[in-house]
Amino acid sequence: MLSESQQSYLFPDPNGRYGQFGGRYVPETLMNALIQLEKDFLRLKADPSFQEELSYYLTQYSGRPTPLYYAERLTEALGGPKIYLKREDLNHTGAHKINNTIGQALLALRTGKKRIIAETGAGQHGVASATVAARFGLECTVFMGEEDMRRQALNVFRMRMLGAEVVPATSGTKTLKDATNEAIRHWVSHVEDTHYIIGSVVGPHPYPQIVREFQRIIGDETKQQMLAMEHRLPDAIVACVGGGSNAMGIFFPFVEDTEVELIGVEAAGRGVETEEHAASINKGRPGVLHGAKTMLLQDPYGQVTPAHSISAGLDYPGIGPEHAHFAEIGRARYVPVTDAEALDAFYLLSKLEGIIPALESAHAIAYVVKEASRMPKDTRVVICLSGRGDKDVEQVARMEGELSQ
Amino acid sequence: MNRIDQTFAGLNGEAALIPFVVAGDPDYGRSLDAIVAILEAGADMVEIGFPYSDPLADGPVIQAAALRSLQQGHQLPDCFRLIRDVRSKTEKPLIAFTYVNPVMQYGTERFFRDLAASGGDGVIIPDVPIEEAPELAQMASQYDISFIPLVAPTSGEERVRAISAQAHGFVYCVSSLGVTGERSSVASGVKSLVETVKRYTDLPACVGFGVSTPEHAAEIAAFADGVIVGSAYVRRIEQAQSEGDGSVAESVAEFTRQLKNACQRIRL
Ligand SMILES: Cc1ncc(COP(=O)(O)O)c(C=O)c1O
Repeated sequence: MLSESQQSYLFPDPNGRYGQFGGRYVPETLMNALIQLEKDFLRLKADPSFQEELSYYLTQYSGRPTPLYYAERLTEALGGPKIYLKREDLNHTGAHKINNTIGQALLALRTGKKRIIAETGAGQHGVASATVAARFGLECTVFMGEEDMRRQALNVFRMRMLGAEVVPATSGTKTLKDATNEAIRHWVSHVEDTHYIIGSVVGPHPYPQIVREFQRIIGDETKQQMLAMEHRLPDAIVACVGGGSNAMGIFFPFVEDTEVELIGVEAAGRGVETEEHAASINKGRPGVLHGAKTMLLQDPYGQVTPAHSISAGLDYPGIGPEHAHFAEIGRARYVPVTDAEALDAFYLLSKLEGIIPALESAHAIAYVVKEASRMPKDTRVVICLSGRGDKDVEQVARMEGELSQ
Repeated sequence: MNRIDQTFAGLNGEAALIPFVVAGDPDYGRSLDAIVAILEAGADMVEIGFPYSDPLADGPVIQAAALRSLQQGHQLPDCFRLIRDVRSKTEKPLIAFTYVNPVMQYGTERFFRDLAASGGDGVIIPDVPIEEAPELAQMASQYDISFIPLVAPTSGEERVRAISAQAHGFVYCVSSLGVTGERSSVASGVKSLVETVKRYTDLPACVGFGVSTPEHAAEIAAFADGVIVGSAYVRRIEQAQSEGDGSVAESVAEFTRQLKNACQRIRL
């Protein structure tokens, strides 16, 4: 049960903190830009003309609202709760990421920035950034780990087609963590004319708040749709967590509805008992990464350790600071799902519902598959289907090729 | 007065030369020799970079050095041991340059206690702006470690005032936008940044990031109290180590003499 003080949820506090987490651990060079960004964001958030413009592009360009789809055959097959899928996969570019990039591109335009930069892991946020850059006539540079560029060559081509420059991050593990380092380093050099579109609810304040605001549309719609269809709130909401933006987007509007259980699914890779996973909350300790204090995979001396997941979008050693806070106060639970479980769910949803989920989203489905038999039949569960699996088909085919050898 | 304050007080008009190297690069022994050689060749104090996996404020040269050191397994206790070994050979100030996460994991109080016990005099944490600094700064002062803050070209007068007011040791003026790394020239705005700092504190103002040559050092020595040189040293260490043993210390000593000579030019 939540105490009285949590009934009115007011985070982040004026220092950009969510309890002990969050903050702004960045070089001094960026501080004024972050302070200004916070002011601009709060001003525009309250500006009806900005909200109207945002709403226009979400509707006309991205195709919102996305359906809350009753997955009848999945429900029947599992024999547990009634399962709804929030269809973020039906957004333009195939994932929830565009909710945030539309919002931040409009923010960049209204603050006179001509250029945006972004980091990307699988390439989904990079594609969503390159897309809005094309639409709004912004120059765009995307940082991507050299290793991920190799794994996701098609998305690299896609970004370049859209007119973006893709820069390989060659440091460290050459994946999302390092792409984010490179983006921040680049921003330090170009802070005066460039807006950095962070792709998840991570990074220094005010980024976790900005991304939460632009993603909360997922939860706001879900609430309305659920009330319209079922005349009640869902009993549980399940979402995968990389940095945590689709999860925060669908969780946040329910934060004070304490009867709704919030469940974040972390990538357990080859298992949380191995070294190869991305389960920051289950296996990490508080630490600082990318400008925020959060739960972090690290060695005893604070060196960040590489994450592993079958899905590049969850392959991240940290997590948004507000999720770390939710875990600490018990407002949400964070559970691990392995590569193998996610892959099974990837096939299951494809075969039962004709919906190929992103491998990231397949983690959320896998959790419900595992737990359905323990959940009461008369309950309603919403799964955030954060993206579609087209981007993963090639990877899965390659893996299957290896398996049959 | 700790060693940093005493050193600045004892400078006769010339600017302090403050080289930066990464602890344990190219290996423990040669990094110890390099630091001792740098100080014997005339550097006034030295910044010792603690290797970190995700050095956000650093360019490729220092990133690579940190990686070389980490790959040999160097961690915080090795950095303290290095400081202790250097301290046994010199009374000059030794400053730890570290990112915040290793400090947090080690324990803030334990960090400052062990840094002080090893013979360290100051600390620079580039990912801790003043908003996040109070607890760390307070713990530093409890152990007589100077908490040296950074100001940047983008700080603006109000932040420079607030940062300078809370500084200890000296104020680190970041010469230009961007991460550490060699640059072809000294950024034009840094002189006025130093002047702004000096309006708000009597502490020395030192300039770093991008200072690469004796010519740059001379230019900066004309208006600042200290010249910080990092990537140019680290690159020399990397070059020298690939050429064989012994040459690392010689190479950095020679570079130090050139830089110190430049710092001693008459101030304008
Ligand atoms: C479809 C999809 N879902 C989830 C994620 C993970 O990000 P987040 O946790 O911020 O939603 C990604 C990231 O690339 C993604 O592409």
